Amino acid sequence: MSAAAPNKAGMFDCRDSFAATIESLAEADSRIVTVVSDSVGSSKLGGFKKKWPERMVNVGIAEQTVVAVGAGLANGGKIPFVSAASCFLTARSLEQIKADIAYSNVNVKLIGQSSGVAYGELGPTHHSIEDMAWLRLLTNLTIIVPADPWQTEQAIRAAAALDGPVYVRVSRMPVPALDRSAASFEIGKAETLVEGTDATIIANGTMVHRAIAAAKTLAAEGISTRVVNMATISPLDEAAILAAAETGAIVTVEEGNIRGGLGGAVAEVVTANDPVPMRILGFPGFVPTGSAEFLMEHFGLTETGIADAVRQTAARKK
Amino acid sequence: MVYEAQQGHPGGDFSATDTLATLYFGVMRYDPAKPNDPARDRFVMSKGHCTGAFYSVLAAAGYFPEADLKTYMEPLSKLNGHPNRNYLPGVETNTGPLGHGLPVALGIAIAGQIDSKDFRTFVLTGDGELQEGSNWEAALTAGHRKLENLTLIIDRNRLQQGARTEETASLDPLDDKWRAFGWHVESVDGHDHQQLLDVLSASPKGRGKPLCVIANTFKGKGVSFMHDNVAWHHGVPTKEQYELAMAELV
Repeated sequence: MSAAAPNKAGMFDCRDSFAATIESLAEADSRIVTVVSDSVGSSKLGGFKKKWPERMVNVGIAEQTVVAVGAGLANGGKIPFVSAASCFLTARSLEQIKADIAYSNVNVKLIGQSSGVAYGELGPTHHSIEDMAWLRLLTNLTIIVPADPWQTEQAIRAAAALDGPVYVRVSRMPVPALDRSAASFEIGKAETLVEGTDATIIANGTMVHRAIAAAKTLAAEGISTRVVNMATISPLDEAAILAAAETGAIVTVEEGNIRGGLGGAVAEVVTANDPVPMRILGFPGFVPTGSAEFLMEHFGLTETGIADAVRQTAARKK
Repeated sequence: MVYEAQQGHPGGDFSATDTLATLYFGVMRYDPAKPNDPARDRFVMSKGHCTGAFYSVLAAAGYFPEADLKTYMEPLSKLNGHPNRNYLPGVETNTGPLGHGLPVALGIAIAGQIDSKDFRTFVLTGDGELQEGSNWEAALTAGHRKLENLTLIIDRNRLQQGARTEETASLDPLDDKWRAFGWHVESVDGHDHQQLLDVLSASPKGRGKPLCVIANTFKGKGVSFMHDNVAWHHGVPTKEQYELAMAELV
């Protein structure tokens, strides 16, 4: 278990888990370096900086260069973890991620911090709800969206062990530690957290615990709902999606744009194989200002909203 | 190559050829049999469109058979219009879009600095390419970190795709700009091998600054009708022009 501690409500900030894991990895492997664009605090890398100042490269507020420097450090034999706010890391440097990282297929780990609508009140310039759509098109780039502190640690460890480019989307939104008594983590493998036969919710990141809560509500009504945590969005676990189609209805939930993200990825697989009624939950585009919690509530990314979507989608079953 | 492929960037190829030849046959430490040797000097071809010159020099250096040059830009060829490290040994990073080379070379040089390794990192950019802001992000950090193991060579042919650089978004005084960013600057005749050799082969140890070499060149150098002519940024010679060019170059 990571060293990250919960808040008073028993919820976790997965950035703590990232920071504890990267320190543990760096202890054992001197090739691990961090690369930041003035993002030490927001990445919770103060401890790393204190222990290994020479292994932290701060290029200043320069997102194109923070990504390119990662590519160069990998060329020099390092395992760089490039960590910055995901809204800037992925948008300002999209061409660097494409050309220098994915197309060049180099061993760089991109850590998109405070993703989704975590910076709710700061508005759409600071939201990162498009990152899944534009990054999942890039060949070679593995994309992981962990759901809780345990899975964040697993994702960071798996990313370090994989010889190739990885993007890990880390949230600062509080999430509970899920029941991990029987869990294992493998890149590209979805996990079924709740068994069910009438419909399937496919979720990732901060939406997973809400999906589990929705499934409990639905179970009380006699709707047996499966919950699949699709932490890896690229490569996608197509077998898990095809298995979900057998339940006759699929609802996807993500803290991102409804176009081109997890829902889009699942829809590509569903329509190419065995069409079933499907619904994609997420944000419709640029959203109004408001806290992350407000925005999730407003756009139905809640236990209630997810349960409603499942009822409606299951009612459309053929 | 450009004539056979019927596409390419011959103007910039010819302005950069002397620099590339000097680096590969007079300055850099490398072994084509061990293209990933951690101790090798690195070269990053930021002006990735000038593959005509780059591939020719890589082949002459022994990274792949010269006969492969015949496949330049053919369908499924390893010799893309822009270099790809996954196809071709000796290519350090994939380039093509401008303003990528210096920031990646910066990362390579920092890796060397962290490990106190003595390999050097060279990067060649066009001058028009410096209009991309990413170069100046990298310039700032390279100067700040006093990366003496990093050398930037600017192919200062004063022409970009559509017009002269100074008519588009002027770069002068280019030397002062780099000095202001904390770099040591040398200005040379980029077609004079001895000048290039002197400035590039000098040991960087103790300089305490990254080195910027402004190589003053001419686009289309060596071919009378291409010389300093913006029309040859990209272009394909006719059969008559090709024969004339070959006669002038030999």
